[in-house]
Amino acid sequence: MEKFTLSELCICAASEAWRDDGEVLATGIGLIPRLAASLAKLTHSPDLMITDGEAYLVSEPVPVGRRGDYTPKIEGYMNYSRVFLNLWKGHRHAMTGPVQIDKYGQTNISFIGDNSKKPKAQLLGARGFPGNTINHSNSMFIPRHNIRSFVEGEVDMVSGLGYNPSRRIKGMREDFINLKIIVSNLAVLDFKGPEHQIRIKSLHPNVTLQEVQENTGFKLIVDSENIPETPFPSENQLSIIRDFLDPENLREQALPDKRKQ
Amino acid sequence: MDKILSACEAISTIESGMTIGIGGWGSRRKPMSLIRELIKTDKTDFTLVSYGGPDVGMLCAAEKIKKLIFGFVSLETTPLDPHFRKTRQEGKIEIMEIDEGMLNLGLTAAGMRLPFHVTRSGLGTDALRLNPDIKTIKSPYSDETLVAMPAIHLDVALLHVHETDPSGNSFIFGPDYFFDEQFARAASRVIISSEKIIQTEEINAEKTIWNRFERSLVTNIVEAKFGAHPTSAAPDYGFDKTHLEEYSNSTEPDSWKKYFDTFINIKNTEYIRSVGGEKFISSLELPVF
Repeated sequence: MEKFTLSELCICAASEAWRDDGEVLATGIGLIPRLAASLAKLTHSPDLMITDGEAYLVSEPVPVGRRGDYTPKIEGYMNYSRVFLNLWKGHRHAMTGPVQIDKYGQTNISFIGDNSKKPKAQLLGARGFPGNTINHSNSMFIPRHNIRSFVEGEVDMVSGLGYNPSRRIKGMREDFINLKIIVSNLAVLDFKGPEHQIRIKSLHPNVTLQEVQENTGFKLIVDSENIPETPFPSENQLSIIRDFLDPENLREQALPDKRKQ
Repeated sequence: MDKILSACEAISTIESGMTIGIGGWGSRRKPMSLIRELIKTDKTDFTLVSYGGPDVGMLCAAEKIKKLIFGFVSLETTPLDPHFRKTRQEGKIEIMEIDEGMLNLGLTAAGMRLPFHVTRSGLGTDALRLNPDIKTIKSPYSDETLVAMPAIHLDVALLHVHETDPSGNSFIFGPDYFFDEQFARAASRVIISSEKIIQTEEINAEKTIWNRFERSLVTNIVEAKFGAHPTSAAPDYGFDKTHLEEYSNSTEPDSWKKYFDTFINIKNTEYIRSVGGEKFISSLELPVF
């Protein structure tokens, strides 16, 4: 891990979420997912729609941090009202940062604790998670992979829908549910195990399978004796991230590289 | 037609126990001067409906809320609002926590005078399990099960706009008008605060693209320059991070009393001075997202 940092590795791995998505709204919530969506548009998926973070679509992803002389290249309108219309149509792939995720891919950003009337810790609230997860593709970024984030059993509040058969309501349409990948500080996971169970797709450099499993509250699917290593960022990707998208290196604060003392 | 009232007169039409919808989003274009006026009254036990920011937190701190219907509460400068967190963690208010889109559809249904709106949002999640009052329905055209999101009727909606004429032809110039139209349509009465009052003759066709709902929905108008402070009113002024921080640090009884005495229990003209004056608010930079 000399030539690139953990955050750069994660941004590049997360950008893969949108590969082959075509013309959809790529929403990255939080700094790393936002940089990942931006990188996807600037490399393998130029047709993606992306916003300035407020109400406009931009033809070129807006760099993070102080904008200086940079003027966003506005190409269209995407206020919150239109985001709902867009997501009900399914033309979106969001990457979010849930506080908890369980073995079914169910996610929580509402509260911690088992009593909704008096939660131990109030978080943001369900936001758009229930609607997002039943209407369009979703991926997740989890910066601290441990048993508090990858929980045993179910998440405390199911804000985002997953593949839990016991949560199915008779007659509900399931074919719009599409969970793609989870990028954590340790590995990349997907939902390609039997019945969409969470599978290890790749391990970040110097991370062992045992380390990932020990930090996960449920059994992960391993379907290969040689789990691949997460692909390293290319020179081109690194230069886009460092020179254009995040010149102030905000990514390092968002996801510090502890191996680089 | 002249619908202009003082803040005190307009807010005095609100009764305890009413369902109140608040426009804006997070820390953006919240009708904060109306909220402060409401806190000054002895009215209480409100059911609040909001895409929540400090409007929700402040009414929590003032112990005015009986029930909250919401999808999130965020100050945006910091992701969470400590007053709301404290109130909910102490179990002091009833909660109806739903998806942001369900909230939108509930308001839309009320605005169309329909009992519910159909959606898939919420199926299979705790947004339904924890809200057993929200029913599902079977499509009469197929076997599909859908959520019948109940209409959210509002007794009153409080909104903040940039300009209005005395009859309620109002204009929101920000890049996003959020869900103010849905709040206005869902409500029996709408009170808008406005940065500026203009004359009807000043309105032309070009300007009407910023007119988000028709005047028949507007009941009363309150003139309130900087009425969104400490939230933003783009393109005029950004949110006041320093003030929101002071507000956030006022969760203990002593510190809340100090905040209440300094910033709420005073006249609106004094408020602007107390937070730094007109020049200072005008200079607050627009947030970059």
